[in-house]
Amino acid sequence: MNEIPAYTASHPRWYRPRVSTYWWLWQWAYLKFILRELSSVCVAYFVVLILLHLRALSHGPETYAAFQAWLKTPHVIALNGVSLLFVLFHTITWFNLAPRAMAVRLRGKRVPDLLIAGSNYFAWLVVSVAVAWLILRG
Amino acid sequence: MAEMITLEVMRYRPEQETEPTFQRYEVPFHEDWVVLDALNYIKDRLDGSLSYRWSCRMGVCGSCGMMVNGEPQLTCATFLSHYLPGPIRVEPLRYFPIMRDLVIDMTDFMAKLQSVKPWIIPSQEKPLSQGEYLQTPEELDVYKQFSMCINCMLCYAACPVYGLDPQFIGPAAIALAQRYNLDSRDQGTSQRLDMLSQHEGIWGCTFVGECSKVCPKEVDPAGAIQQYKLTATKEWFKAFLMPWSAK
Repeated sequence: MNEIPAYTASHPRWYRPRVSTYWWLWQWAYLKFILRELSSVCVAYFVVLILLHLRALSHGPETYAAFQAWLKTPHVIALNGVSLLFVLFHTITWFNLAPRAMAVRLRGKRVPDLLIAGSNYFAWLVVSVAVAWLILRG
Repeated sequence: MAEMITLEVMRYRPEQETEPTFQRYEVPFHEDWVVLDALNYIKDRLDGSLSYRWSCRMGVCGSCGMMVNGEPQLTCATFLSHYLPGPIRVEPLRYFPIMRDLVIDMTDFMAKLQSVKPWIIPSQEKPLSQGEYLQTPEELDVYKQFSMCINCMLCYAACPVYGLDPQFIGPAAIALAQRYNLDSRDQGTSQRLDMLSQHEGIWGCTFVGECSKVCPKEVDPAGAIQQYKLTATKEWFKAFLMPWSAK
C-alpha cells in the first residue's frame, strides 16, 4: 500500500488509538505467541552449545573434560533445563500449527490435521530414538 | 422487575470530546438476547444518540463486529448470558480509526481488499458461445473455505501485526487472494504475487494465529497465509534452481 492509512487529511477528528508496547501482556494467546517467538533464542542456544562441544572435542581430551565439568555446574544445568522446556514448547506449538500451513490433498480430499501433526511427532520420535541409539549404544 | 445487566459502551463524539469515554447502561437481561439486541434496546429506549453498525442480525452481513470484553465478536452472535453477571464492555473494533462511538473507518480495509485483485482473472476469455467455466466439486473444495469470508474485519481486530503496522495487507485480504489463486478458473496468481510477496503482504505475518480463532466463518486466514508462504517459497526455489523453467 502506498498511502499511510493512519492519516486521513479530511477527517482529522477521527480517533486513532495507539497500540501499547505491552499489547502482548493483555491476553494469554498473545503472551503464548511471544513466548513461542522467544523460544527461538533457546533453539539457537542449543546449536551454539553443540558447536562448543565440537570445539572442545577438537582441542583434545583435557579441554573436553573441562567443558564437561563446566556443563555439570548447577547454573549451567539450570540454564539447560529452562532452555529444554522452551525448546519443547517451541517444538510442540510448531508441530500443532503445521497442519495449518500444509494443506496436503490426497485423492481430492484434504489430509486430516491430526495426521499431519501426527506425522511430525512420529518423525520427531524416530529421529530422537536414532540419536539416543547412537549415543547410548557404546 | 426484570433482571438487568450493565453494558459499558464506548462513546466518542468528535464534536464534543477529544478522547473516547465509557457510558454505562442498564438493560433488561433475556436468555435469548445477544449484545446487538441490548445495543438496539439502548438506541430505542435509553439513548438515541448511540451510533453503531448492524444489518442482517444473523451472522451474514458482517456489519456488527465489535470488541466485547476485549474480544472481537459479531455482536449478533454473542449472547448476553455468556457474560453473566456482567458488566459487558462494548468497544469499536480494535486497530481501526474511530469515527463515532462504535463506528470505525473501514476505508483502509476496502482499499486492501481491492489491492489483491479479488476476482477471477482467466488467461483467455472464452466466447459466450462456449458456455460456462465448469468446475468439479473437488476443484470447488480446494478454495471453498476461503470464500466464506463476510468481510466482518474481526480478524484485523485480532491481529497485532496489523495494529503495529497498518501497512500490513492483513488476514482477510490475503485469504481472499488465496481463494482466487486456488480457483481452477483463475490464472491471475502471478498478478497477485507482486502485492502478496512484499513485506506488507504474506511475509509481514508472524503467525500469531488469532485471526483464525476469532473468524465467525472458520475461514482460517492464518492457514491461507502460511500455505501461500509455502507456495511462494517453493516458487522462489524453483526459479532459483531451474531458471529456465520460469514462465
